[in-house]
Amino acid sequence: MPMTMTEKILARASGRTEVAPGDNVWVNVDTLMTHDVCGPGTIGIFKREFGKNARVWDPEKVVIIPDHYIFTSDDKCHRNVDILREFVREQGIPNYYDVGTKDYKGVCHVALAQEGHTRPGEVLFGTDSHTCMAGAFNQFATGIGNTDAAFILGTGKLLVKVPPTMRFDFDGEFPPYVMAKDVILHIIGDIGVAGGTYKAMEFGGDAIKRLTMEERMTVCNMVIEGGGKNGVIDADETTFEYVRARTQKAFEPVVADAGAAHVFAKRYDASTIEPTVARPHSPDNKARARELGDVRVTRAYIGSCTGGKITDFINAAEVMRGRRVAVDTFLVPATTEIAEGLRTETVGGETLHAIFEAAGCKLSADASCAACLGGPKDTFGRINGPEVCISTTNRNFPGRMGSKEGQVYLASPYTVAASAVTGRITDPRELLQ
Amino acid sequence: MTASSKIRGKVFVLGDNIDTDQIIPAEYLNLVPTIAEEYEKLGSYALIGLPDGHARFVPEGGTKSPFPIVLAGRNFGCGSSREHAPIALGAAGGKAVVAESYARIFFRNCVATGELYPVETPVRLVDEFQTGDEAEIDLDENAITNLRTGTRFELNALGDARPVIDAGGLFAYARETGMIPRSA
Repeated sequence: MPMTMTEKILARASGRTEVAPGDNVWVNVDTLMTHDVCGPGTIGIFKREFGKNARVWDPEKVVIIPDHYIFTSDDKCHRNVDILREFVREQGIPNYYDVGTKDYKGVCHVALAQEGHTRPGEVLFGTDSHTCMAGAFNQFATGIGNTDAAFILGTGKLLVKVPPTMRFDFDGEFPPYVMAKDVILHIIGDIGVAGGTYKAMEFGGDAIKRLTMEERMTVCNMVIEGGGKNGVIDADETTFEYVRARTQKAFEPVVADAGAAHVFAKRYDASTIEPTVARPHSPDNKARARELGDVRVTRAYIGSCTGGKITDFINAAEVMRGRRVAVDTFLVPATTEIAEGLRTETVGGETLHAIFEAAGCKLSADASCAACLGGPKDTFGRINGPEVCISTTNRNFPGRMGSKEGQVYLASPYTVAASAVTGRITDPRELLQ
Repeated sequence: MTASSKIRGKVFVLGDNIDTDQIIPAEYLNLVPTIAEEYEKLGSYALIGLPDGHARFVPEGGTKSPFPIVLAGRNFGCGSSREHAPIALGAAGGKAVVAESYARIFFRNCVATGELYPVETPVRLVDEFQTGDEAEIDLDENAITNLRTGTRFELNALGDARPVIDAGGLFAYARETGMIPRSA
């Protein structure tokens, strides 16, 4: 039987020549990632179940990236990072990015990629639902809970049901004002928040091939908002260039077989996609940005794994250069590498940092998940009242960014930047030349 | 552990797409579920993220819920992979969720932790029950009965997930069945 990319990765990882959707297979795990929110609980289960003196199956394959609650005065959050630190020391885990050191990175999904832990053809699990972002690198990557993660820590394996694959093709070229965020919000609006439940979502076509790695990551990041188990994209020169610049490890990409079966397939004409917004309180509550011009916003937010990458800030700067924001605009770089990039990358001869400062943005020096998921009360950019926020993040459930009184509109960095400038939801075509 | 096939008590009725931020908001994720007092604390916050004005699952100031059964619509538990979500419901005294469908990771976390039975209903039940109704789920018969109205509804079988939850979760089940050694 011809196999999809997801099936081929799972077949290889389970030592089989062939798998089919619905098969339950034990896969060997290439990388397990955890962070400060789920790591301590995972470690607790690992010790309880495998014993106080248990050793992880392979310290080289465990990656621990504290990123959620770092810049807070909350004692328990600091205690949780201490638990990670102690475990890393005890187990001799080399891939740990400690808080308060030069190794600190920030948002785990972006740091995984930047540090060379996302490699084509491999299997990655993480104790975070947006682990699916790494599918952009032609991996099988998905989020799991603490118990499953503890099982992997002890055995290096996990039982997985092979998902059927949905295929989304984008022919032609996206217009210059359309970003990956518009594409994935459009898809989620089409299939609904449960449209991909238990399924792999495969993205292809000429327009997807033209996307940078950062933009492909945005597409795969939000498959979970469509209910998907994993997202996956072909590896090509763009992928190889990114990965080879960051790791010496060998990898073997997979290519779908001709005639592989899909449970769903849809072709889009890329030129028809428009700036897209998800209205409160669901990522599938789709509208065109140009239809929401009457919606006043009280703040804007650019950050997170989905929307706080260097390309996201470059795009926002293209809109904000020479302009002032009309509402409080919070910017949080996903990682320390991106925070540095804000001072080195330029648009029109000015650094991003200078552009954002001149525009009147509130720029966080600290890379982390910050207010994407609310977090402790003192989190930078957290919604603490009846704010109307337009954000480059990935979820707008009630209370997601803090207060239940808040309303969150999800949009691309272009649309968020344009809306920050005008104070109402704005199609970026109004401001982009 | 031997588990009874019947779960009886009051139901707590919810709508569609109840996400993990409503089940346990992120500000409480500083609590670590494997620490006993923090496990209890997670229970006290179960479903605290529901919109203001919604009935409370756990009474203010309490740690336990009077509702062992949560009844919901489609896509229950969507969003984050936080295992704190089924744990909060279980720590509060929740025994089962009955919903039309589940987000994949939430379902898997229910089974892995053994905290809750995530039972599927083939028909929409949220209009057939009111919060506070007495109900009885029979896991052997795959049915739920509204004891106020006397109406009985068929449920989908839990299949292989049931013995894992009966045992108390993935590790307990694996030990019971000899997949991993009994004592570490």
